[in-house]
Amino acid sequence: MAKIFMNRNKQLEEYINEYLDLVSRTGLIFYEAIKSYIDEDEERFDEKFITITKMESEADEKRRSIKHKLYTYMLIPESRGDVLGLLENMDGIVDCCEKTVERFSIECPEIPEFVQHQFIDLAKFSRKTVEEVVKASRSFFKEIDLVEDFINKVHFYEHEADDVEEKLKRTVFQSKIKKFSRKVHLRYFAEKISMISDEAEEVAERLSVYAIKREM
Amino acid sequence: MFKILFLLSSGLFLGWSLGANDAANIFGTAVGTKMLDFKVAAIICSIFIILGAVVSGAGASHTLGKLGTVTNLGGAFVVALAAAITVLWMTKIGLPVSTSQAIVGAIIGWNFFTNNPTGVESLTKIVGTWIFSPILSAIFSFILFFIVKWFLGKTKIHLLRMDFYTRVGLLIVGAFGSYSLGANNIANVMGVFTKASPFSGVNILNLFHLSSTQILFLLGGLAIAVGVFTYSKKVMMTVGSNIFKLSPITAFVAVASSSLVLFLFASEGLKNLLVSHGLPSFPLVPVSSSQSIVGAVIGISLAKGGRNINFKLLGKISLGWITTPIAAAILSYISLFFMQNVFMLKV
Repeated sequence: MAKIFMNRNKQLEEYINEYLDLVSRTGLIFYEAIKSYIDEDEERFDEKFITITKMESEADEKRRSIKHKLYTYMLIPESRGDVLGLLENMDGIVDCCEKTVERFSIECPEIPEFVQHQFIDLAKFSRKTVEEVVKASRSFFKEIDLVEDFINKVHFYEHEADDVEEKLKRTVFQSKIKKFSRKVHLRYFAEKISMISDEAEEVAERLSVYAIKREM
Repeated sequence: MFKILFLLSSGLFLGWSLGANDAANIFGTAVGTKMLDFKVAAIICSIFIILGAVVSGAGASHTLGKLGTVTNLGGAFVVALAAAITVLWMTKIGLPVSTSQAIVGAIIGWNFFTNNPTGVESLTKIVGTWIFSPILSAIFSFILFFIVKWFLGKTKIHLLRMDFYTRVGLLIVGAFGSYSLGANNIANVMGVFTKASPFSGVNILNLFHLSSTQILFLLGGLAIAVGVFTYSKKVMMTVGSNIFKLSPITAFVAVASSSLVLFLFASEGLKNLLVSHGLPSFPLVPVSSSQSIVGAVIGISLAKGGRNINFKLLGKISLGWITTPIAAAILSYISLFFMQNVFMLKV
């Protein structure tokens, strides 16, 4: 009997780990997609776009399954709301990554050479916030004392992303690009990429509260 | 038989109210936070209370006997009734009350009425224990809190696996707490009837023998179990969500600590073991499980840095040490007068 209950908990534990793996991989794929786009490697970009779209639906499915199991088995009644809140917010990150790559695929913005490295940097910092927030989430489940360390890193990389975004926008608007609409288009994509780090920071803020609640 | 049952009814009623109120001290947070199902908690609680009462209930009962030996069933009926009414009345006006204190007061009332001397030594022992038990509970929970925290930090158990272990832990300490509650508090419910017991011992299937006292304790245990099943859920929901606000893990610490205190003041086996090794032993005295759990919660608050200690509640508890026995003694004295002079029953 105890074994059945234990297996149930273990299975859900695996599901949560798999979900977090998915979020982490989404961040990596997102970065690779942006890099391929800027490197004008269309084939690679399309491949990454397909992967990230699949991962987004896979993550959705996994999250729904976790939610269902948490309620059906009446597990972690004290932290259930927090865990579901966390997973739902994580889903926001995955969505944001997927939607940004999709926008690149649809709108095909023309990225001038003088801001290409800034776009890559911005994507890199956004990816790093996702990586750190996933680490913070894993710690929330296993090693609560480490949550704050990872949250600090999320804040750091989010701040870096903000800096790069601001510089990028200034560069674009002070550049010799003639069409205002093109400038606005570039700003839009800078903001889109930066939004991922904002989403990650929001999850981190919530995690910080959940972690305090979980302290003994 | 009907008369016997009627005269035992006050004790059984006291048992019912004990089951209704005190089961929440053991399983309140577990049920209130939905870590354990009420039915499971109630079954475990009832079985172990009865076991504790029948197997280890004698020790604390002897101490009450030394305070004053009620020799007639009529007297025992009134003493238990006075204690039960005091508990009811104090609960109604919102004062934390303990059956232990009520029954001691009621026995003293009987001593006064029948001109029997009150065993000062046992009274000092009992009152000292009332004060000492929440303090000891606080010390235990303070230490256990840090042990559990250290252990959790070291083992890095996943939240979901922890959920499983916490449920198992709550069930085990709940069973232990119920056993200790039965062993320690059955004296309050049936202690006064032991010298006036209308039963004689029985052999069950030639396997084990139940003495007349054990039969009484079995009945008392059953009354407590009825209290657990019929009324404790409501109290558990209140304890679990309103008063203490413990997390399941801190509830484990609190229940384990307070159960240990109840066990220390009830176990004859442990006492004999300590004495045989020349160690100081604990007096076997019925203590309040509510006050013990409050002590444990305070210990946890102190371990967390002394936040949120409810000093008002502490003041109320200290007040209860004086008001409950006095109220029960007066009520017992007046009721005995009526019983003897109006109903012409020997007390």
